[in-house]
Amino acid sequence: MPETGPFRLDLPADRETLAALTAGDAVLLSGVVFTARDATHARIVAELERTGDLPFGLAGQTLFYAGPTPPAAGRPAGAVGPTTASRMDAHTPALLRAGIVATIGKGARSPAVREACAETGSVYFGAVGGAAALLATHVRSAEAVAWPELGTEALLRMELVDFPAFVAIDTRGADLYAEAPAEWRTLPPRG
Amino acid sequence: MIGPDAIAAAVAGAVREAATTLRPDVRVALERAIAAERSPRGRQVLEQLAENARIAHDERVPLCQDTGTVWVRVEIGEEECVRGSVRAAVDAAVAETYRASALRMSVVRDAFSDRANTGDNTPAFIELAQRPGTGATVHVMLKGGGSDNSSALAMLEPAAGREGIVRFVLSVVEGKATGACPPLLVGVGIGGTFDTVAALAKKALLRSLDEPSPGPVDELEREILDVVNATGIGPAGLGGSTTAFGVRVLTAPCHIAALPVAVNLGCSAVRSATVEIA
Repeated sequence: MPETGPFRLDLPADRETLAALTAGDAVLLSGVVFTARDATHARIVAELERTGDLPFGLAGQTLFYAGPTPPAAGRPAGAVGPTTASRMDAHTPALLRAGIVATIGKGARSPAVREACAETGSVYFGAVGGAAALLATHVRSAEAVAWPELGTEALLRMELVDFPAFVAIDTRGADLYAEAPAEWRTLPPRG
Repeated sequence: MIGPDAIAAAVAGAVREAATTLRPDVRVALERAIAAERSPRGRQVLEQLAENARIAHDERVPLCQDTGTVWVRVEIGEEECVRGSVRAAVDAAVAETYRASALRMSVVRDAFSDRANTGDNTPAFIELAQRPGTGATVHVMLKGGGSDNSSALAMLEPAAGREGIVRFVLSVVEGKATGACPPLLVGVGIGGTFDTVAALAKKALLRSLDEPSPGPVDELEREILDVVNATGIGPAGLGGSTTAFGVRVLTAPCHIAALPVAVNLGCSAVRSATVEIA
């Protein structure tokens, strides 16, 4: 899984564009994403079950698993980075089948999510956890779309500019988190 | 006599500092890791973390959006007297500091029956203890959800021994490290009881990476660090030589039938500070 890129990618991306990506690619993401973490997922899924459709025009969009800090340093969030994606795994296959085309988070995910990415042609991007002050400099705007009473867990429409990430699961289901340790063992010593 | 307000002020100062500034020992470990990391992707991640620390410090913004739950351990000198509610004073200071410093509110009212956000990041999670002498020592840690979720406890049998301890710590790292924001600090508690071993593991994370350990513990820390870094999980779990910056072990007496072991993972932005009150 040699690393290539970084590739600039505009969001929302269509499935044809996503299919050109390979697990391990470095990407710079620009455009619109929607933040959603634990409590937000519960509400989106409840809406999906009630109406049969994704709410708030989320079909075709990207979910960013994140709960930002308040605005600071002249930016919409002082710090915003990925939260652990596996906590969303129980809901993700249904959301991908309903029309979410990409997700951004951190950490390894379940086999069911890998399979759902392959089945629907969706991508999971891994960003660096703990780099939230840096990542916040790649956020141009953030505004609440729904559920402001959830505080940091509100559904936010966020506009990214050259936000650095890696393709963690590609549209064929290849998984960077699963393969990276074995790949590292084959690397030559530093020198 | 120490007033609860002095303890609360120490907590407030420590929260402000820890949220935005990387611990000096972790900064040194990060620079060393950038020089030693074998994976190009791993180096990119480490360089992002170094740039992140620079931005957070220079612009006074949080290192991580998960500004944590506030864990406080107050060790009061045996010669001292404290009158009044330390908990109430610390909670008031936490609420005010989180609002004023634009940190994230990450606490719900009840884990089971009411998961509404408390809105001010209280309550803090407070341990009160004593230590010899006068004054007080206040330890503060802002603990992120990802790294605390990736922690675990095992009541091993004494026959499991050193090998059992190493195997358990490795199993915790292999199972959950990618969500705990590596490079990790691996805090390990060995001994005590079911409840106290977890506190021991958390307390181990307070120890600076450059603070020497007693001989047998030092050897164990090195052995665990070697096996953890041989996994190749790497920075951010994206592959590499630096899965952990270091391992810190604290040990304690225990029952003749017991070998309690707890692992509390600290993330690459482990945020803690210790303040002495004279």
